[in-house]
Amino acid sequence: MLEKESNPTHSKSTGLPRKRFYRARAHSNPLSDSHFPVPVSPSHVDFSLHYPQFFPSSSEVSCSKKIQFADIGCGFGGLLISLSTLFPETLMIGMELRDKVTEYVKERILALRGSNPGQYQNVSVVRTNSMKYIPNYFEKGQLTKMFFLFPDPHFKEKNHRRRVISLHLLDEYAYVLGVGGIIYTITDVEELGDWMKSCLESHPMFEALKKEELEADPVVKLLCSATEEGQKVARNGGQTFQAVFRRIVPTS
Amino acid sequence: MEDNQIEDGEKNTNVEVAPALISVHPTQNSVAVAVGSDLRVYDLLGDCAVSLVDDSGATSHKDSIRAIRYGANGKLFVSAGDDKVVKIWFAESWQCICTVISEKRVSAVAISNDGQHVCFADKFGVVWVVDLHGIDGSEASVSKTAAPLLAHYCSIITGLEFSPDGQYVVSADRDFKIRVTIFPKKPLDGAHEIQSFCLGHTEFVSCLAFVITLDYPQGFLVSGSGDSTVRLWDITSGSLLDTCEVAAKVGHLESNGSDEGYSTITDLCAIPDTTLVAAAIQSLQGVMLLSCNLSTKTLSVAKVISIKGENVIPTSLASSSCTGLLWMVTGVSNLPGFDCPSVSRVKVISGFNKSSLDSLEHEPLPLEDNDILGGTKLLEKLQGSVTVDEKVFTAAAEALKAAMCNLLIKKQYSVEKREFRKRTRNDRKTKQ
Repeated sequence: MLEKESNPTHSKSTGLPRKRFYRARAHSNPLSDSHFPVPVSPSHVDFSLHYPQFFPSSSEVSCSKKIQFADIGCGFGGLLISLSTLFPETLMIGMELRDKVTEYVKERILALRGSNPGQYQNVSVVRTNSMKYIPNYFEKGQLTKMFFLFPDPHFKEKNHRRRVISLHLLDEYAYVLGVGGIIYTITDVEELGDWMKSCLESHPMFEALKKEELEADPVVKLLCSATEEGQKVARNGGQTFQAVFRRIVPTS
Repeated sequence: MEDNQIEDGEKNTNVEVAPALISVHPTQNSVAVAVGSDLRVYDLLGDCAVSLVDDSGATSHKDSIRAIRYGANGKLFVSAGDDKVVKIWFAESWQCICTVISEKRVSAVAISNDGQHVCFADKFGVVWVVDLHGIDGSEASVSKTAAPLLAHYCSIITGLEFSPDGQYVVSADRDFKIRVTIFPKKPLDGAHEIQSFCLGHTEFVSCLAFVITLDYPQGFLVSGSGDSTVRLWDITSGSLLDTCEVAAKVGHLESNGSDEGYSTITDLCAIPDTTLVAAAIQSLQGVMLLSCNLSTKTLSVAKVISIKGENVIPTSLASSSCTGLLWMVTGVSNLPGFDCPSVSRVKVISGFNKSSLDSLEHEPLPLEDNDILGGTKLLEKLQGSVTVDEKVFTAAAEALKAAMCNLLIKKQYSVEKREFRKRTRNDRKTKQ
């Protein structure tokens, strides 16, 4: 219990970081040139920093495990934390553009690893602009699930190209998703919900999941309940709009 | 005081100088040079200057041309640039058969191998496709609209190429990426299936070329970059086969130590029927020849051909099959502070014939002006005048270097500068 007192930004009772020390603006411009380091290619990513228990040292290449889930715009990381215990053997990563929020998730994961030995070793976070650098992190067909939960709606038509789901960006998501991989999107903005759904519907490499498939998928239930944004919407009694699609081989 | 410092770096970007470009017909029927908004074509078969036939007015382009290219079968020619107009010409009659209006400035063009589709890339990272089915040139110039094909996320696309077998379209951008996309049967619906990303460059990618030989008809991709390397790629897997550092070689040649160590590759030209690639490098007077060994999949510096007695740092290279000639142009438009704002100089290097490849006795040599096909008549057309004041080129090279940096290299701000900028943000203002 002694070591916990040393960190003033963490809660004394739970050891978790406190959000009020990681305040950030709600939005970030995805078009601006970035100042953070970006790996040259997926093989340049050092996994020992992210998953020390799975990759004991950076020199060892014996572990063939690859990241399978990516939460794009993970925010404060609520979904990742829930998924981590649901799929303890699957490596997953959150990608977030806002540096303070990324710092919070990093601290949160470290704190959880400390208080629950052996758990939360499969989850990590990285600060990056996923709209620009997805191919720098993942190889072709590597991912099995991608999450786009409550993305920035960018209402103005002028700013629609900043939306994280667009017909052209779906090409890149289809590239990193393996065949059969699933893309989960949810929003509380009806206009954006329609937009994301229509983008996915008109893309030749995605097909919608059937109703019974949605009901059988335990992850779908988490979309609303696990994320901070989802909880907020539920508190205010708001509506959510989700689109869950599967990566398919295009028919040509 | 601090304010001025920050503004300084951004003032220069208003003046946009454009490099001169050159392109040669695949069987050397004609040669085209673009300087600024001026498109100059010389008919090498008929040995005469060509006047372009364009219904839309006296000047075809109203701003700097940024990309020109002949189609693989030599029937078509495309020009496009900062005036957001793409012009498709018949490369025989030099009639403009099709005009396409782009939403943004155009940075690269490509023609599909069957000559049925023209692709162009804009500065916002979108590649567009124009379907030419049904256009036979019998009518006057038609206007067409382009359909979006693919997009790099808001990055300037610097190079666009079709693979030799026509299966892929390859696009390079300033975010160090090369994307290989399967060119679909119905391109107007978009190209959604990405074959690979070629990742390895650590600066903007500036140019692409395919090395093709009889043994390897599918070809290998080479790319030049601001990180002063030329890289060899396998495009089906996206794997990096070899990296060739050119900075050391260039620095060694200059031996004055003035260079800061970066030698941006500005253009690459694969010499047909050989495994040689010519590279134009910022600050190199002449060209560097790279030799590509396709069986061991390696790339190495073969030779540097310097152009003696003249200050020629080529801005663009071109070649055609079976001629053994490498065409190059150096030049610039909108050069501030000079009487004639646009200058260009055309040079030709001969001796790339198959037979002379292995025996070094017939070295490739720059031709004298009089020995160039078409002679002074050609130079008068393509350069605008036979003799060009050489002093301009030193300034031109500097201006081009600065323009390329401004356009393609991300501005680096120190932490203090970033904090200073944030100070004026609304949410940081101290509340009264």
